[in-house]
Amino acid sequence: MEANALADASRIKPPLNPDNAWWWEMADAGKLGIQRCSACQTLRHPPRPMCGECRSLEWEAVEASGRGTICSYTVLTYPQFPGYQYPLIIVLVDLEEGTRLTSQLVDCDPADVDFDLPVQMSIQQDPDGFKLPVFRLAGR
Amino acid sequence: MPVSLKDEAAIAGIGVTEFSKASGVSELNLAAQCVTAACEDAGIAPSELDGFVSYTLDSSDEIEVARAVGAGDLTFFSKINYGGGAAVGTIAQAAMAVATGQAKNVVCYRAMNGRSGKRMGQGVSGDIVTSDLVHWSWYMTYGMLIPGSWIAMIAHKYMHRYGVTREDLGRVAISQRNYALNNPRAAGYGKPLDMQTYLARDPIAYPLCLYDFCQETDGGCAILVTSSERARDLRTRPAVIRAVTQASSRGQEQMTSYYRDQMDTLPEMELAASRVYAMSGLGPDAIDAACLYDAFTSEIIMQLESFGFCGAGEGKELVRDGALDIDGRLPNNTHGGLLSEGYIHGMNNIAEAVRLVRGESVNQPPKSVEHVLVSSGVGVPTGAMILGAA
Repeated sequence: MEANALADASRIKPPLNPDNAWWWEMADAGKLGIQRCSACQTLRHPPRPMCGECRSLEWEAVEASGRGTICSYTVLTYPQFPGYQYPLIIVLVDLEEGTRLTSQLVDCDPADVDFDLPVQMSIQQDPDGFKLPVFRLAGR
Repeated sequence: MPVSLKDEAAIAGIGVTEFSKASGVSELNLAAQCVTAACEDAGIAPSELDGFVSYTLDSSDEIEVARAVGAGDLTFFSKINYGGGAAVGTIAQAAMAVATGQAKNVVCYRAMNGRSGKRMGQGVSGDIVTSDLVHWSWYMTYGMLIPGSWIAMIAHKYMHRYGVTREDLGRVAISQRNYALNNPRAAGYGKPLDMQTYLARDPIAYPLCLYDFCQETDGGCAILVTSSERARDLRTRPAVIRAVTQASSRGQEQMTSYYRDQMDTLPEMELAASRVYAMSGLGPDAIDAACLYDAFTSEIIMQLESFGFCGAGEGKELVRDGALDIDGRLPNNTHGGLLSEGYIHGMNNIAEAVRLVRGESVNQPPKSVEHVLVSSGVGVPTGAMILGAA
């Protein structure tokens, strides 16, 4: 892949259906969403159409604080796909609300990432306008 | 009607093609080759095959292979989902079919141009928005596009929790490479690996480096299952299926079961373990050797714990003690495994387990091998099997 082709490319977009489109619409509006069962109030992520605790099909979206800690991480260096910048730090974040999500850690040297560090969500806008929740080490 | 599959069916034949990086033939060609080789091994004519089982990822449908090899009437055909998680599941299907009279001679096969054709490690894409595609979207949008990236997240958490080092992963890679040195079919044949070389590689998906990843392979492998009674009268010494099961557990995702309370265990593999031990009436102490699924080195260490060969966090100690080596407690993947023989999606690990039970491995351990444990893919809906000497 030539360098300019890499620079022009954009990340793979999530295919959308009624189970996940709302989450990306919230991201586009600058918010990190969590699905909450309307019947038993259990939070769940990734989103699913039915509550695995009480089988309710009713749910609503709540906005997360964006605060969490690093549960695990990996640093991807190869192969390098167009639309992504490497080294690419992928984090699993335990949100303070209690759910966990997979995201990217930005503005961080791979040598500085570690387990249990506090992180804060922010919305990143790609050059093509696509928005997605990413994380930074807290206080940066 | 049996109420348990214990000892009902046996593996009467195994067949493999050459393993390479560029087969130069179609996947159906490879399938036909390995299926007929399994028939030849068993002394069963291909025209006697009445059941075919494969993986949903296999491009050669059951009837395509049946026509190619000249099979006649089929009364059982099925495919199992979840990539390498299907491996032992195909045998479970065949054993159930044989035990219930749905078919007499069932062949399980996996044939793939895994290097020259569609490469398994090339990530995910698709046009129809299925629930499976929505699942992958949570990862591909962020750049997690290859199996190594998905498994690294769990491997790293496990290693952090229990102090497992890259040297420990290297010990697994080197143990299996040492076996491959004696196996002319293996990708690692004639290519020794030492710790210095292992540690010198930069990570691909930290903490995993090239040598922690399995091969990419063109090849086919087939396993012929029939009743234990019939298998006794056939050409080769049968490997009796003492127990076999599929297993998936709460919160299961394909490769990315990140949202359970604990990420440093393999609950579906623990389920498989409890099932095969209960069905066979055996425990870990009775297992003499193993072919544990090894798409990545870390999976071996975690499975030693899942199957009760040691306690939680103690897998690394077993590996440091040389347990996986030919004179160790649990000689493992004595053909080189997916890491160093080839990646036929776990089917080639089943073939090696049969050789171990027959006493025919190129690396046959010096001790008596009565029972061999085999597992399917790690991090996906999976399964396990115990084979026993007849």
